[in-house]
Formats: sequence, structure tokens, C-alpha cells
Amino acid sequence: MAKRSIADGLFTWPLPEPPTKPALIGARCSLCGAVTFPQAPGCPRCGETQMEAFDLPTQGTLYTWTTQEFLPKLPYAGLETLENFTPWAVGYVQLADLIRVEGRLYDVDPTDLDFEMPFEVVVRPFTSDEDGTEVYTFGFAPVVERG
Amino acid sequence: MHPFGRHGDVSALEMGAVAARAALADAGLKWTDIQYAIGGSFEVDNPDAVVAFLGLTGIDFNNVYNGCATAGTALSLGVQAIRSGRYDRILVLGMDKHPTGAFTADPTGYACPAWYGEMGYFLTTKFFGEKINRYMHDYDISAETLARVAAKNYANGALNENAFRRQPLSVEQIMESRMVNYPLTQYMFCSPDEGAAAVVLCRAEDARTYSPEPVWVRSVEVRTRRYGAFEVHSPAVPVERVPAPTTDVAVAAFEAASVAPGDIDIAQLQDTDAGAEIIHMAEVGLCQDGEQERLVAEGATSIGGRLPINTDGGLIANGEPIGASGLRQIHELTLQLQGRAGERQVPGTPRVGLAHLYGAPGTSAVTIVSR
Repeated sequence: MAKRSIADGLFTWPLPEPPTKPALIGARCSLCGAVTFPQAPGCPRCGETQMEAFDLPTQGTLYTWTTQEFLPKLPYAGLETLENFTPWAVGYVQLADLIRVEGRLYDVDPTDLDFEMPFEVVVRPFTSDEDGTEVYTFGFAPVVERG
Repeated sequence: MHPFGRHGDVSALEMGAVAARAALADAGLKWTDIQYAIGGSFEVDNPDAVVAFLGLTGIDFNNVYNGCATAGTALSLGVQAIRSGRYDRILVLGMDKHPTGAFTADPTGYACPAWYGEMGYFLTTKFFGEKINRYMHDYDISAETLARVAAKNYANGALNENAFRRQPLSVEQIMESRMVNYPLTQYMFCSPDEGAAAVVLCRAEDARTYSPEPVWVRSVEVRTRRYGAFEVHSPAVPVERVPAPTTDVAVAAFEAASVAPGDIDIAQLQDTDAGAEIIHMAEVGLCQDGEQERLVAEGATSIGGRLPINTDGGLIANGEPIGASGLRQIHELTLQLQGRAGERQVPGTPRVGLAHLYGAPGTSAVTIVSR
């Protein structure tokens, strides 16, 4: 089945072969060092335009979150309906000391969330186009300790 | 004012005309006396079309939109026009008529990527949940305090004949209502609705001609967010933090007015949700971060308290017709400072009042008035 990323230049695409993990792609200002996600043509701190793309760290900690308990209006592209919508969690994950990125929090019961909980970047199927192409997006999932 | 709420087939412009006539009557003026007008709206392309109802006098009439801070911008432009000496009698008018449900828009119009909306993140209510959740963690604010703020605003709205929601709700009812965006429940949020409000501005030396007890605009400021502020519609935010635009604009407004936060006797703050009122109390400078827990529990922000906030019910009880919302705040401060607020009059007749607006994508306005 055909697959595509929800947007170009957002995360590693095509997906890397495990164990390599996908990363979000940010940009860093060559002059003042400010970091953006997604990539931006201009620096939000100094206003200059010498931005360089780089892979953000793939793990971080939960800064804050909320739950989404109602079906978002358009332009939401998820496939749920009013009848089958189930609430999900969304929050900001701080990647090292670089930036806090907002994304869906997968594989976790919202009542188990806590501040500073470790999360890692994941890329998941999100919706599909009319021709059946699977659309992938990014989010975060709890870091699983491997013993 | 035209009451806020749901008004069937009455158009935003018709409500605007009602509000304009009420403000003119209060100043003892006729529409033909007005030299310049500013109209604010989100839903109405051309608020100046209200001249069809008020009279085609040919005056200079500008339309503005600046998100939830629209009325602050309109007032700021009016004050600047008086100060410049260009006009002596100005009408500032706001009106809106929103469909039901949370606001939605094209994310790319807010410098957000299209995918941000496709993924369901372009929602103000979601951001407010995220911001207050962290704030409650950092400063020990309880969910009960959120509910107490909403209960206070519904209680104040019950005393306001122009309010949308006039049914008092208990702390328990608010906490037990449907979760919308954790930790915020349905009754902790305001709703978009319909209504209009207007203010007449004149030169200070003329003010007593139009009112025995004029209310003086001490300052009006508008600011946008700086790099490092944690604001609505942000796919990512820097780790370094700077003060919110609400703090920046309040500092500027206090300085311009030569007023200190401790001088404020009454405040109308943007309570898009109960958490926003709590955060804005500190961001505006009326308390320290974390003091809200005690202040709200003590009733300090109730009508009889030492710092009454949202005495007309705020956005929670009045809803938010965007263009009019900030002028409702000025209307309420005017009544309170003139001692005309009836059942909800703050004891002792306050002298100095503050009105605050906040909206996407991180724009804030503060107005300071006194008698």
C-alpha cells in the first residue's frame, strides 16, 4: 500500500530500518543558535534567514499535556466520527535543552501521565487519502526500558 | 451595549446600532455629532456598514480585527486619534455573531503549518488545557480553584441583565461537568456568542460636557508575543522563557498611566477559561504566581473582595462576541467607577480599573481607566 508523510521535511522519511529510529527535523539559526520545529525560513529570535536543518534528539521528557475529549472540527484529518471518537492525549515534550515540541501521546493511558515522564519520537499511520494512500504522522510514546 | 447571548435573526450590524445608540444616549450625543468611528468584528467584513442604520453622515470610519484583542486595538486607535488632535468625538464599536462551538480557522493564516490543523492541534481550548496544567503543577493550584473562579463568574453573571449565562452554578456542578481538555471542564469555558458594545471617546477637557462623572482613559496598550513566550497555536516552543505578552502589555500600560498594580481597585481579565483568569491575574501583575489559590479561596476576587475580578461575569458568563468583548469590559468598568452597577456594584465605588484581553496567536491588550 502506498504511504506518504503528512508533510515534507517534518521527520525522517522514508522511515529508517530498525533499530534506527526516526527523528523530527528542526532548524537552527547559524547566527544566534535559536532552534525551530518545524523548519522555518527565518529565525524567530533574531529575524535573520540563515537557518540550517538538523535532526532533533529522539527522546525527551513531558513538559505538559492535556486531553482532547471532543472531535476537532475541520481541518482535522483524522478518520474518527462523532460516534467512535475516543479521547487522546497531546502535549509538549522537551527534547534535551533544545526545544519543546507538541504532539500526540501514544501508547499511554492519559491518567498515567506525569510531568517529566520520558517520551520518544514515533511515526505512526494517522489517516488515509481518498486513493487509499496511508498518511503517516509523528507523535511521542513512553520510552520503554529494555532490561 | 446590546446584550450578549443568542439573538436569532438579529444581525450583528443591528446589534451594533443598538449598542452605538445606547453609548451616544449616555453621553447626550447624537450620531451626527460623531466625527470618526472605529468598528471591530471577526464575522462582519465591514462594521462601518452600521451607518445604514445610524445615518449616512459621510464620516471617516475604520474597521479593525486583531483576534480576541480586537476591542483593545479599536480603543487604542480611537485614543490615538483624540491625542493627535485630529478628532474630538469618536465612537468605538464592536459587534459579532458567531456560530456555535469552538472557533476554527485556517492554521496557515496564523503562521501555523497546514498539518498542525490536520492533526487536530489547531484548537485554542487544547492549548489552554496544556498551559494551565503545567501552571497548576508549578504553582500548586488545585482543580477546585478552577471551579471556584468559574462559579464566581456565573454568580456575577446572574446579577447582570446583559449576560448570556445567568444561572449560578456550584463548584461541584462545574467540576462534574464533561471534561473538554484536561483539567478544564465544559463549564470552565466561555462560548462564542453574539452581541455588541460601544464607547464614546472625547477630549479630556470636554468630558464634563458629556458626563457629570466622566471616566478617564489613563492608557491603552497592545503587544504581541516575544520569542520564548508560551502562547497559543505553537507547534513548538523554546525552552528559554520570557514573560507573556500579557505581562509586557500590562507593564507598558501601568507605566503609561503612572499607575501601579497595587492601585487597581477592579479588573476585567480575559477568562476564556477559568485557568486563563488565574494565569492572567499573575501575568497582569495583580498577584504573584501561586497566590491565586489563597486569593480565590478567600473570595478576594468576588464582588465584595479586595480585588474584584470580572464583576459582570466575564467571558465565562457573557460569552465572547470577539469584536465586542473588550468594550463590554470598558462598559462594566465605567458603570462600576460611576457607581451605577446596581446589584453587582463593588462597595466603596472603585477609582481605578483595568481591562485585559488576550487572543491568538499571542496578542494582548490592557486598558487602565480611572474616575
